[in-house]
Amino acid sequence: MAVDAPTRPDPVLATASGRGRVVAFWSVAVAVPLLFLGIFFAWPVTVMIAQGFVVDGQLDLGGFADVFSRPRTWRIIGLTLAQATLGTALSVLLGVPGAYVLYRHTFRGRSFLRAFVTVPFVLPTVVVGVAFRSLLVDGGPLGFLHLDGTFAAIVAALVFFNYAVVVRAVGGLWERLDPRAEQAARALGASPWTAFRTVTLPALTPAIASAASLAFLFCATAFGTVLVLGGLQFGTIETEIWIQTTQFLDLRAAAVLSVVQLVVVAGTLVVAGRARSRRERALGLTLPSASVRPLRLRRPAGMPPGDGHGLTLVATAVTALVVLLLALPLVNLVVRSLRTGDGWGLDHYSALGTTGGSLTVTVWQATLNSLRVALDATVIALVVGGLVALVVSRRPRRAVGRRAVAGLDALFMLPLGVSAVTVGFGFLLSMHHPFGLPVDLRTNPLLLPVAQAVVAVPLVVRVVLPVLRAIDPRLREAAATLGATPGRVLRTVDLSIAARSLGLAVGFAFAASLGEFGATSFLARPDRPTLPVVIFRLIGRPGPESYGMALAASVVLAVLTAGIVAACERLRAPGAGGEW
Amino acid sequence: MARIHSLLAVAGVVVLAGCSAIGSGDPAPSASAGTVTLVTHDSFALSDGLLDAFEEESGLTVELVQPGDGGALVNQLVLTKDAPLGDLVFGIDNAFASRAVDEGVVAPTEAQDAFEGALVPVDYGDVCINVDHAWFTAQGLAEPVTLEDLTEPEYKDLLVVPNAVTSSPGLSFLLATVGAFGEDGWVDYWTALKANGVKVADGWSDAYFTDFSGGGGGGPRPIVLSYASSPPSTVPEGGTEPTTGALLDTCFRQTEYAGVLEGAANPDGARQLLDFLLSDTVQDDIPVSMYMYPVSETATLPEEWTAFAPLADEPFEVAPDDISKNREAWLALWSETVIG
Repeated sequence: MAVDAPTRPDPVLATASGRGRVVAFWSVAVAVPLLFLGIFFAWPVTVMIAQGFVVDGQLDLGGFADVFSRPRTWRIIGLTLAQATLGTALSVLLGVPGAYVLYRHTFRGRSFLRAFVTVPFVLPTVVVGVAFRSLLVDGGPLGFLHLDGTFAAIVAALVFFNYAVVVRAVGGLWERLDPRAEQAARALGASPWTAFRTVTLPALTPAIASAASLAFLFCATAFGTVLVLGGLQFGTIETEIWIQTTQFLDLRAAAVLSVVQLVVVAGTLVVAGRARSRRERALGLTLPSASVRPLRLRRPAGMPPGDGHGLTLVATAVTALVVLLLALPLVNLVVRSLRTGDGWGLDHYSALGTTGGSLTVTVWQATLNSLRVALDATVIALVVGGLVALVVSRRPRRAVGRRAVAGLDALFMLPLGVSAVTVGFGFLLSMHHPFGLPVDLRTNPLLLPVAQAVVAVPLVVRVVLPVLRAIDPRLREAAATLGATPGRVLRTVDLSIAARSLGLAVGFAFAASLGEFGATSFLARPDRPTLPVVIFRLIGRPGPESYGMALAASVVLAVLTAGIVAACERLRAPGAGGEW
Repeated sequence: MARIHSLLAVAGVVVLAGCSAIGSGDPAPSASAGTVTLVTHDSFALSDGLLDAFEEESGLTVELVQPGDGGALVNQLVLTKDAPLGDLVFGIDNAFASRAVDEGVVAPTEAQDAFEGALVPVDYGDVCINVDHAWFTAQGLAEPVTLEDLTEPEYKDLLVVPNAVTSSPGLSFLLATVGAFGEDGWVDYWTALKANGVKVADGWSDAYFTDFSGGGGGGPRPIVLSYASSPPSTVPEGGTEPTTGALLDTCFRQTEYAGVLEGAANPDGARQLLDFLLSDTVQDDIPVSMYMYPVSETATLPEEWTAFAPLADEPFEVAPDDISKNREAWLALWSETVIG
């Protein structure tokens, strides 16, 4: 970072210039992310929403009365909340045991499973739709469940996407949690369940709340999943904004719904923020090696009954079942990608080296484009997200300062909760000669990684922040007492500890960027489409060859993601963790 | 071990950094006389080398912008008309043509057959009900022929159509029923279809590949809304006849237009590119690359098209002005009737 403390400071000079530098550093740390968010998120969204509220230069809020008087609006709001709440609750209920098994135990194939559960998170929704629907359709392998086109199918798909969010967010903290507190409770006579409920669960609450708020935002803004699996009878605020904007050009209704969406999202963030901060404190953290045990299905010899082995078995069974359910659509996808005209073969995979007669580039070139864009997006997201996490991790003494910090945290979560259509159209409207500059940013290759970084920043923040917050403040105080300048404390304490979660942050940001489709579909230039854009184009074209290629390309995207996430896990220094 | 992995990862990052999108020095596109920007839908495609040949011949550089499909394409053009996204638009269909013209998105042209003096037809196709011959043969059931047949009890639970609100062939089929049964009759028809178990899928590919029994995905339903040009791709390997067919008495004609954008930076280039789209070089390629019929009478169709993909003699029609006036109301009514 930019702060350099002189190695041998003159005591008097150091305090004066040092304080100036500290102020300058924090100003930059706050200003850079705010500028970034303001230019590339708040402004385009405001411009787009203003289209609906400003008529001939006059503010017209009549849209509210109009839209709220439609019974359909209330049904849509209700459905959005119901889907998001159920999807989040199930993701948490299933994800917490998953975190316990995958992050608190060692067994063969663990890193494979950790990467595997991440795959659904990045798959394009059109592909998940195909994979899910061909399982559920009458006559399909799960047709007997009669779930096709039901509310349950949508919720199942939402859990499919968000399971990994909870597992990784909770697991990251759990694997470093010092087990001695729970052991002490057990030694004092608490049952395994009581010890978990009264000691471990409260310690995990901030991570669970954090994961739940991410999952809620993803569920509440799910678009393709809802349309493909449920159709419009289960329409949400997000699908309605899309329809009003792209089909009906009713910008007034779209603007009103965008505001409703913002209110729902802001409300969620406030609730999650409360749940988090009430429990958040410095935790007794340890190296994963100290807390992780081998996974044993049989009770080890000599262990007495009532040792919590039953809980482990239940968690393992639940996780095995979930992994099986996650695997079904994915296996189905692979199987279908291998089906050729009359038999089986790798034809669709060899076609990936071609344009399939319909694309502007080959699928491999699109893959390379995706990697390049994701790399840029990741770098931007790390810098911006890292600064936000650093600022938000501070605990100002005054209440005003604390509220400002909490507000900043919530502000950077907003991009996850705002419709991609609103952002995408907003970009098109605001990025032509922005601020009177003579550049048309709409077709600039830079805009794509920036747009993806806007979505990746909140994920980086959620990864790095808990690590910074769990740092015992006494560590900083000790460093300062020993004569370290504020800059040096920042470098040797905060930055070096935060850097341990870098691998996880990189993996998360990279995965999110690779899979991003909403804003990308508006901005990707046809001569450089990304992999999800190419998959979308292929799947929408008549002809079984294009369809097969789309499925093969999706398998490539899945394997690529799993590989990168697994590599990033290895990148972590020992003792690293944090939310994913 | 862990250290080696970290080193490898770091090396990988450095290699990747060399080819980041920002770092690769892409020349920013400029609106110089040498560049022409084509705004088009997601399905736009030409066979390899065709655009290169045009660039070589004309000295122009062609940039593509593909911001979406159908309504999304037109609505973005409407919203950005003060600072247009490009010079030429291709792919506005008759369901949205009136909106584009009424909003002043496209500049007037003198072309003879232009729609409202602004949009020139480039290609067309029929959206028709398709049936799985193999399924009907196996069941010993006669195939439906007309739209009315689809409401008969023997075809209960056999039809799947894409959603009219979210899919452009879905909207075309809604328009076919408006053309067939009139403004007063189409709602009753859809009520009957619904009572007969019509299934609504989100998009065309979803309906054709997941629900349809003849599309290769092995779905349960043998009747699907698709295109007149779909059957040729179901000729089995080594076979001579397609296993599916289009019902030519159930079709709606989709025409795709092109037009020079109002306020284009390079209107001359746009006109050259438009002429190129209408030349037989491109017109011959359209069936192969975009699955549509060329408007040019001198263009040649692929053999399997003349054999297995005939067009309807009398497709249903709805006047573009009527579509423009009523589209939103019809879609709302359709949603209410079919989706509930």
